[in-house]
Amino acid sequence: MSNRPADNREQFRPEDHENDNFLLTTVVGSYKKPKWLDRARELYEDPEDGFGDEEWEEAKDDAARLITDEHERSDLDVVVDGEMRRKEMVEYFAHLIDGYEFNGRVKVWGHNYFDKPSVADEVEYGEEWLVDEYEFTSDVADSPVKVPITGPYTLANWTFNEAYDTDEELAYDLAELVNTEIERLVDAGARYIQIDEPALATTPDDHAIVGECLERIVADIPEEVRIGLHVCYGDYSRIYPEVLDYPVDELDLELTNGDYEQIDVFTEPEFTLDLALGVVDNHTAEVESVAEIKENIKQGFKVVPPEQLTISPDCGLKLLPREIAYEKMANMVQAAREVEAELDAGEIDVGYAAPEVSADD
Amino acid sequence: MPEVLSATPGLYPLPDWAKDELAGLKGRQKGGLISGDEGEAIVAAYEQAREEVVDLQTDAGLDLAVEGQLRWDDMLAHPLAVADAVETRGIVRYYDNNNFYREPVVTDDLAASGDVGAELDAASGHVDDGLAAVLPGPYTLADLAADEHYGDSESFLAAVADFLAAEAEQFSDVETLFLLEPSLLESPPGDGADERASEAIDAVASATDADVVAHTYWESHGGDGSLDEKVYAHLLDADIDAVGFDLVADHEGSTYLINEYGCTDDVALGVVDGQNTLVEDTEEVAERVEWTLSNTPGADFETVYATINTPTFYLPSSKFEEKLETLGALELTEVTA
Repeated sequence: MSNRPADNREQFRPEDHENDNFLLTTVVGSYKKPKWLDRARELYEDPEDGFGDEEWEEAKDDAARLITDEHERSDLDVVVDGEMRRKEMVEYFAHLIDGYEFNGRVKVWGHNYFDKPSVADEVEYGEEWLVDEYEFTSDVADSPVKVPITGPYTLANWTFNEAYDTDEELAYDLAELVNTEIERLVDAGARYIQIDEPALATTPDDHAIVGECLERIVADIPEEVRIGLHVCYGDYSRIYPEVLDYPVDELDLELTNGDYEQIDVFTEPEFTLDLALGVVDNHTAEVESVAEIKENIKQGFKVVPPEQLTISPDCGLKLLPREIAYEKMANMVQAAREVEAELDAGEIDVGYAAPEVSADD
Repeated sequence: MPEVLSATPGLYPLPDWAKDELAGLKGRQKGGLISGDEGEAIVAAYEQAREEVVDLQTDAGLDLAVEGQLRWDDMLAHPLAVADAVETRGIVRYYDNNNFYREPVVTDDLAASGDVGAELDAASGHVDDGLAAVLPGPYTLADLAADEHYGDSESFLAAVADFLAAEAEQFSDVETLFLLEPSLLESPPGDGADERASEAIDAVASATDADVVAHTYWESHGGDGSLDEKVYAHLLDADIDAVGFDLVADHEGSTYLINEYGCTDDVALGVVDGQNTLVEDTEEVAERVEWTLSNTPGADFETVYATINTPTFYLPSSKFEEKLETLGALELTEVTA
């Protein structure tokens, strides 16, 4: 049985890291696809274009290589491939899981649509999900790689349920599949898994169901594997402090978008997990300055000491122009490194009210 | 034996071709959504789509057709989004769904735009008889909007009710008006506010000669799952012809309310699931109507509207069309009570 939160953060500190303090920098996952990849998908999906499986695989590999490199150039400590192989966070997995079917697009807002799938039969592990993606990204990256995976609650909640009596039963079955996939990823060498559960914020009354799903997911996952949970949008006071009981190492939150109005939610009772703090806004194309991001990072010290703080954008960057997304990441990393140096120099007054926790713990 | 009429509470998905064409014409961003003064190509696309969905209802055999509300980018907030004195701001989430709308912020005196009435006029040419209008209920619309002008929630609700009443006064050739009131369950009014919500619905209902259905749907997350008893009791004081119930979400709670507090002379029964792609067969739908009538022995309904429980824009077009056919075939099945 895993004991979480676990002490598994130091493995991601770069060997040449300059500061004593270490604010782990990473991203939530999704990233703007190059226009040529969208064009390649259109060609691939049109049977008359003669753009075959081999060409499509090559296009996805090239895009994944490109965006992984873009993440490394921004000096993130932990990178992903920008989810270049995934069209959408539920759709991608639903195509691979037996029991799902697709009936057409539904409205999200305005003229934005989502190919919302239906569960028409009991779900079973079908095709391979993410191991190939992880192995490819690891091969092309020098930095450690994080694997974002859509959580079972969101896979169930953002799906039409035709086959199960309740969405809860569906979520538990999906949790077993996610557990299978994470075990496969761990066997392949993955050491940082992020479970994305944005649906939790929309249905906070179901936090116990998410907790039960997570228990099934992390069962038998070794403690050296870092497990994060990403939740975005919503009223966090309705899921805190219950989320502290979740068997995860890190909770990743969207807070910049709301100008940190909800930061106090996490100060009482004491935040016992690691906090992955959103410090740049993925909803706006204005690049935050390094100085501005540094102030955002300091908001995190109201909740946790530096050794429990991870620095991240609010959410995936897929809706931003690439150059804007890159500048946000680069400024974010620079801000984190400057804050670390100022912490080393004793220039930052950490507001965290738990002096018995030292950096050596 | 009441008369059973098949109907829907509107808000249809766009046909698939129109999803693509209108995304191209209008764009996918906030600034590209309906403002009320769209150009010719956009008007033409909506006109074609409107005719298609009205024909779908006729072909399916529905007794009461709706216009479809295909132009409603902001699914319930649309009448405010296109009104003067309203600014649309950030994208906010509808209840607990993965759907969003532009937050309407009222900044000056509200005045009817006639936008919904014009849509109904355009649809009436495709319907021989039995056209139904759809509007958000005043409580729901006030709940979804922000006020920077009227100053307090009481005045704001009354102003929204007057605004909707003025819209309804412009409807011609409309047999029935569905007022959609999900907020009565999702954010129920408390003491005092429940009575004012009823008065606001009454104000809109009184502005039209059409039969008015105050349609409620979803389960209450703040209460015990049903429409709050006091809210329901006050709702019955409004001058409406029918209360609409979501039998898919909560059939036992709905029949309890009818048995405990009585009901309007007519009733709308949401017996087809508008939020799931599992298509019911007509026999199953008929059984749901029959079950409700046999479990409310004290009620003596004149008209029963057999409906989809919620708006249907949640569905992909193919499943939406199959559900229309299921509902439209209901008249072929004998319903006894």
